[in-house]
Amino acid sequence: MENRRKLLEVKNLKQHFNIGRGRVVKAVDGISFDIYEGEVLGLVGESGCGKSTTGRTIIGLYDATDGDVIFKDENVHGKKSRKEKLKFNRAMQMIFQDPYASLNPRMTVGDIIAEGIDIHGLAKSSEDRNNRVYDLLETVGLTKEHASRYPHEFSGGQRQRIGIARALAVEPDFIIADEPISALDVSIQAQVVNLMKKLQRERNLTYLFIAHDLSMVKYISDRIGVMYQGHLVELCDADRLYENPVHAYTKSLLSAIPLPDPEHERTRKRIIFDRPTSGPVGKSTDDTSIPPLREIEPGHYVSLTDAEYEAYKAQLV
Amino acid sequence: MAEQNMKMEQYDSSLFQQVELNEQAAERISGKSLNFWQDAWMRLRKNKAAIMSLIIILILSLLSIFGPMLAGRDAYEQSITKAKLPPKVTGLEWAGFDGVSTLGEKEINFYETKKVEENYWFGTDHLGRDLWSRVWEGTRVSLFIGLMAAIIDVIVGVTYGGISAYNGGRVDNIMQRIVEVLTGVPNLILIILFILILEPGITTIILAMTITGWIGMSRLVRGQILKLKNQEFVLAARTLGASSTRLIFKHLIPNTLGTIIISLMFTIPGAIFFEAFLSFIGLGLAPPQPSLGTLINEGYRELKTFPFLLVVPSTVIVLLMVSFNMLADGLRDAFDPRLRR
Repeated sequence: MENRRKLLEVKNLKQHFNIGRGRVVKAVDGISFDIYEGEVLGLVGESGCGKSTTGRTIIGLYDATDGDVIFKDENVHGKKSRKEKLKFNRAMQMIFQDPYASLNPRMTVGDIIAEGIDIHGLAKSSEDRNNRVYDLLETVGLTKEHASRYPHEFSGGQRQRIGIARALAVEPDFIIADEPISALDVSIQAQVVNLMKKLQRERNLTYLFIAHDLSMVKYISDRIGVMYQGHLVELCDADRLYENPVHAYTKSLLSAIPLPDPEHERTRKRIIFDRPTSGPVGKSTDDTSIPPLREIEPGHYVSLTDAEYEAYKAQLV
Repeated sequence: MAEQNMKMEQYDSSLFQQVELNEQAAERISGKSLNFWQDAWMRLRKNKAAIMSLIIILILSLLSIFGPMLAGRDAYEQSITKAKLPPKVTGLEWAGFDGVSTLGEKEINFYETKKVEENYWFGTDHLGRDLWSRVWEGTRVSLFIGLMAAIIDVIVGVTYGGISAYNGGRVDNIMQRIVEVLTGVPNLILIILFILILEPGITTIILAMTITGWIGMSRLVRGQILKLKNQEFVLAARTLGASSTRLIFKHLIPNTLGTIIISLMFTIPGAIFFEAFLSFIGLGLAPPQPSLGTLINEGYRELKTFPFLLVVPSTVIVLLMVSFNMLADGLRDAFDPRLRR
């Protein structure tokens, strides 16, 4: 793991929103993690824990309050020239959550997919542009007849695949998938996730996969980060996280996964996580309420207080 | 068990056919591909009232341009000997266009008593001016004011609302406070102030409308853009590196256009009515310039003796108002975003 190249480094990223009258929502409050080339990092957590905000801040849709995002050894925030920005936009792309809102209803599917090609001037001629669009449509399992149609003619799964084709059009290295399957039927979820896995293999992509469905995340991710109230509370290999969850919140999340096994379901016990919070909108406003990450075994980081760490070590012996 | 086998044998396997599982076929979409405008036009076409209104508006617009030419008479030419002639159209005598008026108890054919050979289709007013020409000249003024109101709405309102919403934050805050101050100024007082400084006329009315008329539109556009600019398709365009120009003209404006057009169609009759109202109370156009408002004002004084002087311009303004409102209603249904997606 250590000798693999870091594609993205997030260092102490903070995103605070001012909601007026001096009140601040700390949506993301100082998270740090690395993403290695070719891996899939899953980011899970309950609604409103800051997963989507993290993704949007990394790609620059929001200006980060504090912290650095280093992509391919370059700090990507606070960039000035438009040329540099465009270069960054080509390398990092995003797949959105709501397939019904992420496609412009006034544009044909062909124009939607070609938008990146147009902006970056990737096509030499209009014929080249069309061919690229047709190729992309076929890559995501649609046909070239679909290029002249409008988004409202497609189903949710088809729209999501159009969104994927749009992101792929600029040939990115890194894709942030912001809950790409949470708005889809279960049968279509598998279709979209399998497509994303296939694309990752074929194009050597790196994903930041944001979701709240733990079983899907486990299926696609190499490593998983668990977020809670704007903080990363646990980060480790996907399999290891399921074998040995350490943080109380992770344990609680994992205990909520239903299994298609009546025997197991009958005995399944929900672990309720109730860390006292102190904040107006369910957000922690107290920095000390969540302790920093510490490495408890190679590649397994958990946010633990000293007392909790001692207890964990004692339990191991 | 044996019974079940018996049952199974009753069905001939040749009756069954393997259903093909073809993924490509499942992705196919049949049916014509329609873009937003074709779709809206299809829906508008089904709305009979809206189409009738559209035809009436077209006819009235054509008449307002070519009407005076058809009669071949000047709208300002006075001739006292031919004053107050009732409408007369050859062939339409049965419909009341017979040149006969009832004065007191007696029916008098004014064309015979005044020895007028030619027919005045809508009659003449108290100075002997041809009402046909005057009505269409007045309609022209009304439509022109409606058109100007629409242009002001688009240029000032859409730009103002768009800039306010697109920039957001402090810019939006300041721009909206200015709008709030402007809405506080009563329109009528503004007009009276303008007439004190300038001469009454089209320019004055248009100037007064420029100051406050666009506020409704700017608010509407601001709301739309505020909603749209955080939609995921706009965010997607931003992550692709789209410039502001591209965002505005490819993503934001096309998605607001339906709302803008609907609002315009309601602005136009509003402005027409506003002008007629001002002219009627004597704050609008000055005589001898005809407008529907001044014609109605002149007509209502002679309501008892020569009702046609009021009925004709009133009918025209009613047709205009009703048609524009019906068309706007039809357009709203045709563009209704809730039916789409």
